[in-house]
Amino acid sequence: MQTQSDVKVFGFWVYLMTDLILFCVLFATYIVLCNNTFSGPSARQLFSMQEALTETLLLLVSSFTCSLGMLAVYRKRKVPALLWFLITFCLGVAFLVVELTEFSHFLAAGAGWTRSAFLSAFFTLVGTHGLHISVGLIWMLVALVHIGLRPFTAPSISRIFRMALFWHFLDLVWVFIFTVVYGMGHLQ
Amino acid sequence: MHHHPVALRIIGFLSSLLLTLAAYLIIVDPDAFGLKIPAAGAWILAFACVQFFVQSTCFIHLWNEKGPPWNLGIFISTLSILLIIIIGSLWIMNHLYCNMMPGQ
Repeated sequence: MQTQSDVKVFGFWVYLMTDLILFCVLFATYIVLCNNTFSGPSARQLFSMQEALTETLLLLVSSFTCSLGMLAVYRKRKVPALLWFLITFCLGVAFLVVELTEFSHFLAAGAGWTRSAFLSAFFTLVGTHGLHISVGLIWMLVALVHIGLRPFTAPSISRIFRMALFWHFLDLVWVFIFTVVYGMGHLQ
Repeated sequence: MHHHPVALRIIGFLSSLLLTLAAYLIIVDPDAFGLKIPAAGAWILAFACVQFFVQSTCFIHLWNEKGPPWNLGIFISTLSILLIIIIGSLWIMNHLYCNMMPGQ
């Protein structure tokens, strides 16, 4: 805790840890309810592993480009920073499009969140993650405008760093959604 | 928030990619690896945990932060809460289910 920006990063990290507890409770709910399909479609019948893999790869690459953007910010290079964060933003939008397409397929097949306890838990967990991604995208848009218009200062670099931290955190949560929800659902 | 080389990010990205693809191959066809369902589940969960370690080192610098490990400390205490919630929920609900369904 040498500087004020270190303190701010620590405070934001504490928020992320409380967010992790939120996701953990939703994971526990999902694991408890995932076999209660109420004669509706099961995880294995419903999930497409190709779609899940596409979403995973989109988020993984976006996490990587986000970290490269952050390196450019440390080196105070505007154009590479803008370019990397713009690529990250586009990948995030692509992720959201694939996820919403998947949800609309489920709804069209009569597998909405009211169908069974399994589907309620699924939509709550994956939907909460999607909501976080949407907020992250808005934040990234604000950061892009900020990088474009203002010079880099110590407080602005710290602010962009917290946005990048949020994005990496969401990718980490998705790794477990891919494994526990899609992977184990498909294995059953 | 410190200056790290690009190499660390590339290593993190490539190893995460390999772990994801390995998990995907096991999920799609566990028989090809001679794995039964519980073993396949354990393997993909292990891959996810390794990937968590890789990404939190290369992208977030959780395990290699400079100065006193404040962020790591609060992460480990959160992790203990997570384990209590998840293992506790599964344990209690499993017992509840067994006691409510005596015929099965």
